Amino acid sequence: MNGPVWAVVQQKDGRLQRSGRETIAAAQALARELGTSAEAVLLGDGLAAAGEELKGMALAGARVVEHPRLATYTPGGYVAALVPLVREERPAYVLFPHTYQTVDFMARLAQALDAGLLPEAIAFRRVDGEVRWTRPVLGGKLHAQVRTVGEGTVLVSLQSGAFPADGVEAGSAPLRQVAAAVDGVDLQREVRGFESAGGGAVDLSKAEVIVAVGRGVGGQEKLAPVEELARLLGGELAASRPVVDSGWLPRERQVGSSGQTVAPKLYLALGISGAIQHLVGMKGATAVVAINKDASAPIFKIATWGVAGDLHEIVPALNQALKERAGGA
Amino acid sequence: MKIAVCVKQVPDPEARLRVGADGAWIDEEGVAFVLNESDEYAVEEALRIAERTGGEVIAFGLGPERTREALRKVLALGASRAVLLSDPALLGGDALATGRALAAAIRQEGADLVLTGSASSDLGYAATGSVIAGELGWPHAWLVMGVELAEDRRSVRITREMEGGMNELSAVVLPAVIQVQAGINHPRYASLKGIMAAKKKEIREVAAAELGVDAGRLGRAGSRLETVSVALPVSGREVEWIAGDAAAVAAALVTKLEQEAKVLR
Ligand SMILES: Cc1cc2nc3c(=O)[nH]c(=O)nc-3n(C[C@H](O)[C@H](O)[C@H](O)COP(=O)(O)OP(=O)(O)OC[C@H]3O[C@@H](n4cnc5c(N)ncnc54)[C@H](O)[C@@H]3O)c2cc1C
Ligand SMILES: Nc1ncnc2c1ncn2[C@@H]1O[C@H](COP(=O)(O)O)[C@@H](O)[C@H]1O
Repeated sequence: MNGPVWAVVQQKDGRLQRSGRETIAAAQALARELGTSAEAVLLGDGLAAAGEELKGMALAGARVVEHPRLATYTPGGYVAALVPLVREERPAYVLFPHTYQTVDFMARLAQALDAGLLPEAIAFRRVDGEVRWTRPVLGGKLHAQVRTVGEGTVLVSLQSGAFPADGVEAGSAPLRQVAAAVDGVDLQREVRGFESAGGGAVDLSKAEVIVAVGRGVGGQEKLAPVEELARLLGGELAASRPVVDSGWLPRERQVGSSGQTVAPKLYLALGISGAIQHLVGMKGATAVVAINKDASAPIFKIATWGVAGDLHEIVPALNQALKERAGGA
Repeated sequence: MKIAVCVKQVPDPEARLRVGADGAWIDEEGVAFVLNESDEYAVEEALRIAERTGGEVIAFGLGPERTREALRKVLALGASRAVLLSDPALLGGDALATGRALAAAIRQEGADLVLTGSASSDLGYAATGSVIAGELGWPHAWLVMGVELAEDRRSVRITREMEGGMNELSAVVLPAVIQVQAGINHPRYASLKGIMAAKKKEIREVAAAELGVDAGRLGRAGSRLETVSVALPVSGREVEWIAGDAAAVAAALVTKLEQEAKVLR
């Protein structure tokens, strides 16, 4: 008999995080597949409202692990709170959302439990009685099918959006308060506060048209035609992370998991390969034009229109065509 | 201060990749290998801290023989020594197995601070640094965008990226493992002098048997993950390709933007 499948989730502003609902949807689907039960673990402080939400989901159990020392995330606190639970109940899988916070402590938890660690899964399926996980490798250029070997619990983190939150099956879950064994443990980090990462001056979320450049643009001195394109389209200029890291454009124009999330009517991706951390920030766009000299770049997997070519040739020609159209109309 | 920095050699992100004959990884024939992007930033950060504290940087790399080139590059940038873990018994591991080997090698050398990149661009586990910390029993922090050594050199203040445009400001007691995110600094280029000097610097090879770790916990044998196959992703929606010379592509795009995306006034 398989152990249960757990989803470890958190609340934000009194509601389960969307990533947490996605994790529960995945746990339910995996448990169905394995013929076992799905359960949730809610971790943090001030969890009453989020606990109510869990009650309405098809789960064999929902543990609420509440403690003032868990109000602010620390790796020491979160690992200490989870270790005894997993050790006692021996779930087959513990699923987490692949967030910056879970990535920070998941490996430490796996070590403490001598569990397996499978980061950033985007799908699973059963093959010959075993579970095969899909995870992106090489910047999303390839997808790997991965199986786990050895005995014991496996911790899996799930890429954002891979398992839609609206897939959560409704039902009823018995709620149980569980003591968090975190008094006196070394939190391993002294959190002094939080600050804005320096974005905020530019709000790209309302833009109808976004012209985004990636590393493929090749340098700050090559931005002028792209800037002109943004002007001609009445759109905002945006960038992938390496462009910002290299200082070619300011951080406030970065799109992606550590930048802004945008949903324009049109997103032009110029010299952007389409790594998942970029895609999560822009996949809500209605239409995507991708221009990339590598026809196998993952950006084309989500593009509406694709041009396999050199952006330094296409963009000036596009500017010219737009100017002619404006002049001739 | 003695600073260890872990660097991985990865396929050039620009490389055209083909699935290899075994179907489980890429065909490395003709593929250029480079230093993993966030590791370049980790190296720069290590050098800066070493320069401020009058310390030294030791580079650690686990991978096949070609990893030597990556280590040579770090030596050219200013590291004083390097340790190469190229024993076949150490290769093919998941983050747990790889981190275990690196931690054992670092323990032999001793260090006050370990820097790694935030994620490798090939396997992308974003975990190896945390595993090293766990093995050594040290604190760690992932996705670090700022490091400042305390006056007494017993802790570091860090700025850690979070989602939604926020940073966490915290302190971590040394020794610790800091997983550096790309963009934390502007990495230097190797000077000719540095490249020449690197040729004389030591790259020490360490075999699996010298690590003092049970062989069943290292490399492929110690790994809980096994890659069955790799393949091109299947796409949800089919892209509509626009081909032709630049002028033809531009004209076709204008029509799409006007009539279908409806973004032209
Ligand atoms: C924790 C974490 C958070 C991250 N957050 C973000 C984020 O918020 N946003 C983000 O974007 N990334 C983020 N990343 C980085 C991400 O993983 C990728 O490394 C990054 O998105 C790649 O950027 P790119 O596509 O511009 O560069 P590359 O992947 O290097 O791609 C460049 C592309 O340009 C093409 N090209 C080159 N020359 C030309 C030319 N002349 N014409 C046309 N095409 C050309 C190439 O074929 C290639 O596909 C994050 C990574 C981590 C680990
Ligand atoms: N084989 C390796 N050799 C040296 N360092 C590594 C190796 N694998 C991972 N690392 C380090 O760990 C970081 C994260 O890698 P990963 O956990 O694979 O995403 C990298 O940026 C490196 O600094």
